Amino acid sequence: MFRFLIGRLALLVPTFLGVTIVAFGFIRLLPGDPVLLLAGERGITEERYNQLMEQFGFSRPIWEQYFDYLVGLLQGDLGISIVTKKPVVTEFFTLFPATAELALCAIILAVAIGIPAGILAAVKRGSFFDQTIMGTALIGYSMPIFWWGLLLIILFSGILQWTPVSGRISLMFYFPQPTGFMLIDSLLSGQKGAFTSAVRHLILPAIVLATIPLAVIARQTRSAMLEVLGEDYVRTARAKGLTPFRVVGMHALRNALIPVITTIGLQVGVLLAGAILTETIFSWPGIGKWMVDSIARRDYPVVQGGLLMIAAIVMVVNLTVDLLYGLVNPRIRHN
Amino acid sequence: MNNPDRSAVVLAESRNATRKMLAEFWFYFSQNRGAVAGLFVFIVLVIVALAAPLVAPHDPDVQYRDFFLTPPVWQEGGNSMFLLGTDAVGRDMLSRLIFGARFSLFIGLVVVGIALTGGIVIGVVAGYFRGWVDTVIMRVMDVILAFPSLLLALVLVAVLGPGLMNAMIAIAIVLQPHFVRLTRAAVLTERTRDYVVAARLAGAGNTRLMFKTILPNCLAPLIVQGTLSFSNAILDAAALGFLGMGAQPPTPEWGTMLAEAREFILRAWWVVTFPGLAILITVLAINLVGDGLRDALDPKLKRS
Amino acid sequence: MALLEIRNLRVEFDTAAGPFRALDGVDYTVEGGEVLAIVGESGSGKSVAMLAVMGLLPESATVSADLMAFEGIDLRTMPAAERRKVIGKDIAMIFQEPIASLNPCFTIGFQLDEVLKAHTSLSRKARKDRVIELLESVGIPDPLRRVSAFPHQMSGGQCQRVMIAIATACEPKLLIADEPTTALDVTIQKQILDLLTDMQRDTGMGLIMITHDMGVVAETADRVVVQYKGKQMETADVLTLFENPSHPYTKALLSALPENATGDRLPTVADYEAMMQADVREVQP
Repeated sequence: MFRFLIGRLALLVPTFLGVTIVAFGFIRLLPGDPVLLLAGERGITEERYNQLMEQFGFSRPIWEQYFDYLVGLLQGDLGISIVTKKPVVTEFFTLFPATAELALCAIILAVAIGIPAGILAAVKRGSFFDQTIMGTALIGYSMPIFWWGLLLIILFSGILQWTPVSGRISLMFYFPQPTGFMLIDSLLSGQKGAFTSAVRHLILPAIVLATIPLAVIARQTRSAMLEVLGEDYVRTARAKGLTPFRVVGMHALRNALIPVITTIGLQVGVLLAGAILTETIFSWPGIGKWMVDSIARRDYPVVQGGLLMIAAIVMVVNLTVDLLYGLVNPRIRHN
Repeated sequence: MNNPDRSAVVLAESRNATRKMLAEFWFYFSQNRGAVAGLFVFIVLVIVALAAPLVAPHDPDVQYRDFFLTPPVWQEGGNSMFLLGTDAVGRDMLSRLIFGARFSLFIGLVVVGIALTGGIVIGVVAGYFRGWVDTVIMRVMDVILAFPSLLLALVLVAVLGPGLMNAMIAIAIVLQPHFVRLTRAAVLTERTRDYVVAARLAGAGNTRLMFKTILPNCLAPLIVQGTLSFSNAILDAAALGFLGMGAQPPTPEWGTMLAEAREFILRAWWVVTFPGLAILITVLAINLVGDGLRDALDPKLKRS
Repeated sequence: MALLEIRNLRVEFDTAAGPFRALDGVDYTVEGGEVLAIVGESGSGKSVAMLAVMGLLPESATVSADLMAFEGIDLRTMPAAERRKVIGKDIAMIFQEPIASLNPCFTIGFQLDEVLKAHTSLSRKARKDRVIELLESVGIPDPLRRVSAFPHQMSGGQCQRVMIAIATACEPKLLIADEPTTALDVTIQKQILDLLTDMQRDTGMGLIMITHDMGVVAETADRVVVQYKGKQMETADVLTLFENPSHPYTKALLSALPENATGDRLPTVADYEAMMQADVREVQP
């Protein structure tokens, strides 16, 4: 297990260095003069230009610049936003809880529905139920989620008027946000109706963001279960006279979960990519919308910093999932 | 038997074997009704896309000034001139959707073409040479895969400049590591097989070994991944178009059409519904075919 | 009353190429304390019959019989929940691939404890002691430590011992062993066979030994059923069978044993195929 962990970490270091090179190179690859790009569209005086050139060190050799960039990174310096003039790190951590809350709710939704659906489809293989579930899953998997979000807005916000169109909570509520998770903070605030409002704002974006992971998890669970149900140890479990529930839900599922956990881990990237679209549609103030807006506003230090932070999150989650994989798979744990 | 005769026989035999293989493949593929339906829809889409100027009732870019946001024909206020209604500047939805099929299929084709070619070449090189070449290539792929695909594509387009061509290049770069990994893994398992050793002993050179001897035996997973990437490319390109970073208006690309339609979402459902439905149907058809291909090509899942 | 009595058992599988009859009208009778061997080559339906008794056949199988009774109670008419109380407790089964037959995700202690939990009312503490006792009885060294081992940490022979411990945990009246030694090394095969026969002698349970190995039959069985292509060729007690086989297929099987070889080439069942086909047809009603 320890060797397994070290091996994973060793793989992570060069990958992370590569990510820093991509983020560092991004601004320098942009067509045009980096300082003019950083200055924005209004343009600047020559004096200011030279000053910025000096400040960002663009005149020095490239490897020195990269080294400075790395040193800055280690000190938690991701640069300053051109638009807001605030440090990128600060902005990131202000907005990240919104995305985390949305993504967590989405993945919980996807796992809570996807795994049971996949199990049932596998157990009732070939039945009408199986075909319906798998047909639905394939549609979900093929769904352009930005359109799906718009459709849900037409139906639930437009026609039925059940849910609001955008934001995290109704504007009439204002309270401190110690956790940054609106569901928790609204409960802590004790204000009447705050929690309901937060839920109503969250539900549609969470469904939209959960759609593709849900479909992927259901399909993967079904195929993993089908494979496992044919194994000898499942026959042994039946030969013990155990209930079908225990045979499927314990002996088969425990083994089928091993590949499913990997799949769930791979959904982090899908969720963050999906967050870009979902947050844009629902005006959800998270890092996905932040990135899209920053690209549109040419706020390149933000794009650079956000790119790095998002990649770091993906890598950390993937590492965690790898460890979890080792924990649920005794064959790795004990070798 | 003299030589020309013999080679003719060998040729005929190998042609027979190929035909038999195809027949077997079709047998397994046609067992999957969904896959056949998907293939049918896909063929219809291809025909519609190719014959777009003949099929479309209107020019996709002509604005009929008297018909802004006309609803579809079956709804009150609809006009039989515009079966699926018109958009905010009076262009015929149906014609734009038909021309949009051209863009989506073209995007899929180009992206998969680039990603597949690049991925195969890099993957074969990595798997065949091993050592530091392999390490460097695979670490670079890891770096690409560390970013959420759409985000990286978005940033790449920001570097290259918005537009359909750049969007396609960006998506191809983002999708290509999957092909590299698959090819490399397949090459690694094949390269120690006896038939490869035999070819090497017979004096086959590196290039021949890599691409003529080993590669054809790794094709099955690549074909399946290719179909998957085809639908992913269409989805990602539409998403980029929707975010304003892909095809630019007035191109009748489905994602771009959705972006233009967003502000009318609560007033004119048809301008939002139809382009998305077109994307969904296309992607679904391709994914159905992909599932069928996987079942037909993967011997593990074949019923005995 | 016989322990297990089966009359006219038929099993059919739905396949892509139409129904396939794996068993065609076979009869078995096992008395308490008796060792019955079912012999035949692969495809003779010898495992299928016992999987039918255990209710372990896939859904594509159709089982029909005139009688399939355990201690006089027909297993076919039993409700599923009732049948599960018999399966694993009074009738237990071990399989050909011991490592694959144990769940890789759970410790062997857990997998043993599970049967006890399902079929006995022992306390947690009592079950724990019983698990150790069972592991000891099947000859697992250092059982206190091995309870927390995973199947992949043990050899095939040890896994089969654990399987035997699981099967005998509730002191079954009938143990079915489906080619229990086929996947094991020759030296281990002998040990496992000895363990099985010892346990059978000590507990007086009925034992059905499914095998293709005439050596195993000679060593363990009281009575033998010979099967070929889903049909029963011959039923006899073991001495009669070896001394005086009545059916040509049995003769063929016996002469295919290396020690019975006379010429410079080992005869195979195929050498007798033509002769046998005629007889098989004769046997059919």
